[in-house]
Amino acid sequence: MLEIGLSHYLTLAAILFTLGVFGIFLNRKNVIIILMSIELILLAVNINMVAFSSHLGDLVGQVFAMFILTVAAAEAAIGLAILVIYFRNRGSIAVEDIHQMKG
Amino acid sequence: MPVAAFPDLIPAIPEIYLAVSAMILLMLGVYSTGKQTVRTVSYLSTAALFFAIPLTVMVTDGRMVTFGGLFVTDSFAVYAKILVLVSAGAAIVMAQDYLERQDIARFEFPVLVVLASLGMLMMISANDLMSLYLGLELQSLALYVIASFQRDSIRSAEAGLKYFVLGALASGILLYGMSLIYGFAGTTNFDSLAEVFKAVNGTEPHLGVIVGIVFIIAGLAFKVSAVPFHMWTPDVYEGAPTPVTALFAVAPKIAAMALFARVLVGPFGDLAGEWQQIIIFISIASMALGAFAAINQNNIKRLMAYSSIGHMGYALIGLAAAGSAVSAEVRAAGIQGLLIYLAIYMFMNIGTFACILLMRRQGRMLEGIDDLAGLSKSNPVMAMVLAVFMFSMAGIPPLAGFFGKFYIFAAAIEADLFALAIIGVLASVVAAFYYLRIIKVMYFDSSEEEFDRPVSRDMKSILVITGVVVILFFIYPDPVLNGAELATSALFPQ
Repeated sequence: MLEIGLSHYLTLAAILFTLGVFGIFLNRKNVIIILMSIELILLAVNINMVAFSSHLGDLVGQVFAMFILTVAAAEAAIGLAILVIYFRNRGSIAVEDIHQMKG
Repeated sequence: MPVAAFPDLIPAIPEIYLAVSAMILLMLGVYSTGKQTVRTVSYLSTAALFFAIPLTVMVTDGRMVTFGGLFVTDSFAVYAKILVLVSAGAAIVMAQDYLERQDIARFEFPVLVVLASLGMLMMISANDLMSLYLGLELQSLALYVIASFQRDSIRSAEAGLKYFVLGALASGILLYGMSLIYGFAGTTNFDSLAEVFKAVNGTEPHLGVIVGIVFIIAGLAFKVSAVPFHMWTPDVYEGAPTPVTALFAVAPKIAAMALFARVLVGPFGDLAGEWQQIIIFISIASMALGAFAAINQNNIKRLMAYSSIGHMGYALIGLAAAGSAVSAEVRAAGIQGLLIYLAIYMFMNIGTFACILLMRRQGRMLEGIDDLAGLSKSNPVMAMVLAVFMFSMAGIPPLAGFFGKFYIFAAAIEADLFALAIIGVLASVVAAFYYLRIIKVMYFDSSEEEFDRPVSRDMKSILVITGVVVILFFIYPDPVLNGAELATSALFPQ
């Protein structure tokens, strides 16, 4: 029987974090997917925090995870609001259409 | 169950005061219906920010730690906070006229600037990874909104969107680094982290700690827009409304730089061997990109974006010197150079952006460098002031910009970072090209129509104050030099 330990949680978090980062850079379709990727990154960090907290027997990590959850909610709200005004102006939220400015 | 002791609130009075003022100003904006509401809220916000300066100075008495070690205030924090408050206040003053002309004057703008400043003050005073993160997010969330403040402009919306996505990614990277540091060092408090790393001094730290530091540096480099994490800067600077760009170029940069210095010198001070090379690399890359990429720009806001990337590269030289193994005096000289540079950078940039905000023809805002043609004939005073700022940014003595670079390069040489100092000087020669091109366009290109007059009283006073500081810095530099020295001594306790 496999014992699930700290390293398994860390590996899971690392995989989720990498998926999130790749989701931001490889996705050419939709900004909503970017917002989901950002959430994925923050949740990967939360898994790390809680796993370390339990491993160290120290509560700080869990308090930190609570703060991250709260801030992630605020961040998603602001992100969606900005996305809405962008959509009103542009009529599209495809990532490849975001190119008014370059250089 | 034991009840936690009530925290000592005295050290955090400036922050508490700003938070309460932001709430009051918000309520004032919502409930008052008069035509003058926006102007009133705007003036009161500026007053609130400026009043926080004496408050900050008064409450700080040596090093004070409160909220269970989460919050610290010392002379370093006071110095950085003064710079942040002055630049945020100036940004609100400069914005008022512009926002009214663009028909986007809403009372939320000054309130958001106050909230962003509150976040910056918390970043500067952070003494724990947790309070660092919360301060950074409070600042960023307010700034995402004001980047897209011109709601009906697609460029402003796009600027906000880009800033949000990349800023949120940076926060994620920073957080991942923090989680690793927490796991492998067992604490998030800066003082405890410093003790932990002091104990392993000499031996190689755990790999997880090194990866964590690299992630934290990457996240903070995003916030100061150092290469290779600069890609959001030109687009956001160009797209955001000009007074917002003026704010972005100064206040968040200063706050993030101060935070960068506190984090690297404080908790990670004993691991300088690990992070110094990274700082040297991003410093060289930022200086080079700032110098070369700006040459082809024709939009002055984009040019200022690359210019600010370059300036952050110079400031990072000071941080690299602060990681030197030579002696404690050399490390202190690096931080001192960094702080002097930030103060001078603030005055130069506020002045330049005040000039950019005055580039207006028949009510239309202009952003092209070519639009400055013939300014020396149509408005000789403004041309002269802008020329002074450009010379100063290029680092020509006896203007203030020269002294900023002088202290930075002197610190680098003391720290035996000769290559860094030489590359810095070469990059500033290349950068001088595009600063001088602006002067050439103003003085030698054929005249077009005049810019709109009259210039408002607020703008005039900002131009005069920043101009005088930049020109006369060499006569009376003591306040900045002594302030920076005092601030540095807080980071390097004897």
